[in-house]
Amino acid sequence: MAAFPAQFAALEPYADWALPSESNRYAKRLASNMDELRAFYDTAMPLLESEADYLKNVSLDGISDEDLNLLRCLEALVTVSFPVEAWHQPYVPDSGAASIDVVVEPRP
Amino acid sequence: MAHFGKPAAGSWTEHFGLSTEPISYGDSISPEFYALEQEAIFKRTWLNVGRVEQLPKAGSFFTKQLDAAKTSVLIVKNRDGVIKAFHNMCRHRGNKLAWQDFPNEEIAGFSRQFTCKYHGWRYDLDGKLVFVQQEQEFFDLDKERFGLAPISVDVWEGFIFVTFNPDPQPLKEYMGKLGAGLEGYPFELMTQKHTYRSEIGSNWKLFIDAFMEFYHAPVLHAQQATDEESRKLQEHGYEALHYDIDGPHAMVSSWGGMAPPKDLSMVKPIERALRSGLFGPWEGPDIGELPEGVNPAKSKTWGIDSFLFFPNFMLLIWKPNWYLTYHYWPTSYNTHVFETSLYFAPPRNAYERLQQELAVVTFKEYGLQDANTLEATQTMLQSGAVTEFPLCDQEVMLRHMHTVCRDYVEKHKSDSGAVLAGTASPSNKGA
Repeated sequence: MAAFPAQFAALEPYADWALPSESNRYAKRLASNMDELRAFYDTAMPLLESEADYLKNVSLDGISDEDLNLLRCLEALVTVSFPVEAWHQPYVPDSGAASIDVVVEPRP
Repeated sequence: MAHFGKPAAGSWTEHFGLSTEPISYGDSISPEFYALEQEAIFKRTWLNVGRVEQLPKAGSFFTKQLDAAKTSVLIVKNRDGVIKAFHNMCRHRGNKLAWQDFPNEEIAGFSRQFTCKYHGWRYDLDGKLVFVQQEQEFFDLDKERFGLAPISVDVWEGFIFVTFNPDPQPLKEYMGKLGAGLEGYPFELMTQKHTYRSEIGSNWKLFIDAFMEFYHAPVLHAQQATDEESRKLQEHGYEALHYDIDGPHAMVSSWGGMAPPKDLSMVKPIERALRSGLFGPWEGPDIGELPEGVNPAKSKTWGIDSFLFFPNFMLLIWKPNWYLTYHYWPTSYNTHVFETSLYFAPPRNAYERLQQELAVVTFKEYGLQDANTLEATQTMLQSGAVTEFPLCDQEVMLRHMHTVCRDYVEKHKSDSGAVLAGTASPSNKGA
């Protein structure tokens, strides 16, 4: 079974980004190098741009497994956009050992 | 060059009757001053510990660790739907009552009664002692006398507050003019909640300082905007639309928020794709007319209002109809726990969920930069190498907050000094 709806098939190699929590997505970003982050971004970003209408028709109530994977993967794209578009490195500049951890978040 | 008007006094600082002299940070580097703040501020004022949505039904509860007031509190909804607060402490031999695995970690849940892990004493949702293990072994134990120690609790616009003040001012009155101006805002509609927590190596007031002025934003967060936009922001600098102060509380009203931006090339690709950013989704939900206290300058360029309800509760109202809270909970003179909650109307579809995620993640990226800068500030202030710090007019809110803290501490010192003098026995006078 495919992990994503058909028009998002290009995301299949990045299915491991479909993580349930912001803390998991942020940890994976920090554990990745810029080439890996860019490859994911370059694949996912055009899909987000072209498929906004599809996403607007995905209700969160009773969301299908495929759409949930897609949503989580695109939530990871949001996390990854910062290193790619702003920082040019995986971690936030000048953030040192500081951490800000999620304690409550909606699912999905 | 001034872009927005200032009061007739020439500056906000003078308008509010505050000194324009450099300030001292002696209140942020001293264990002795912190000990006074605990007594004078955190045991006297109303403290916001949560929201009513955290207690959906009878028996719902949560605990809150309040190191600054040297206690943990248990907040619970009783069978009549009334919110009660107690010291989270068994009346037998003082064990912490509600906790799991780690005594210092906060918990939340649902319970019909609270059972102490130590000897099994049980309390109902009104804090009444209802069961004592081997009660016959005690000496005329009157269970009525050994209920949980109650704490004053009250609710303002769905925000739950507690106070340890034995004779508290009514909460609504404490919230003052700035609180009254927000009444009617539909906080209860914004139930999609994201909460973050961070342990910060600085005095609690330094983080409030950081978030009570936007003077730093064009510099510290320059890289978060596109290069051209960042250059423009630094050139113009920052001026607020409006400031207001009422009693110990204060607010700043600011422009901003590109919703949507005039020129789409000003924002990053992810913001263009999701039509969202730091200020939230560009098109927020329709919530009708806003209360009078929001956007007090009634500016067309308004983007955000940021309120500090003294001592440590910040409430931010964003133009695209969502809100955010910050809390700064001291754990020592140079450490505190920083909490942020972002509240949105529930997203209607996956796209709206992603729009909100971008606002949440953007807050975190900014927050990480702010948090680390604070540790750098704290360590240098503690060096004591410099003791006078000039503040500009855009830093009026933090000047006020430090002044209020010192005033509370001074009043506490003179009140407790008066009490001590009044109770001193004559025989001690010559000693």
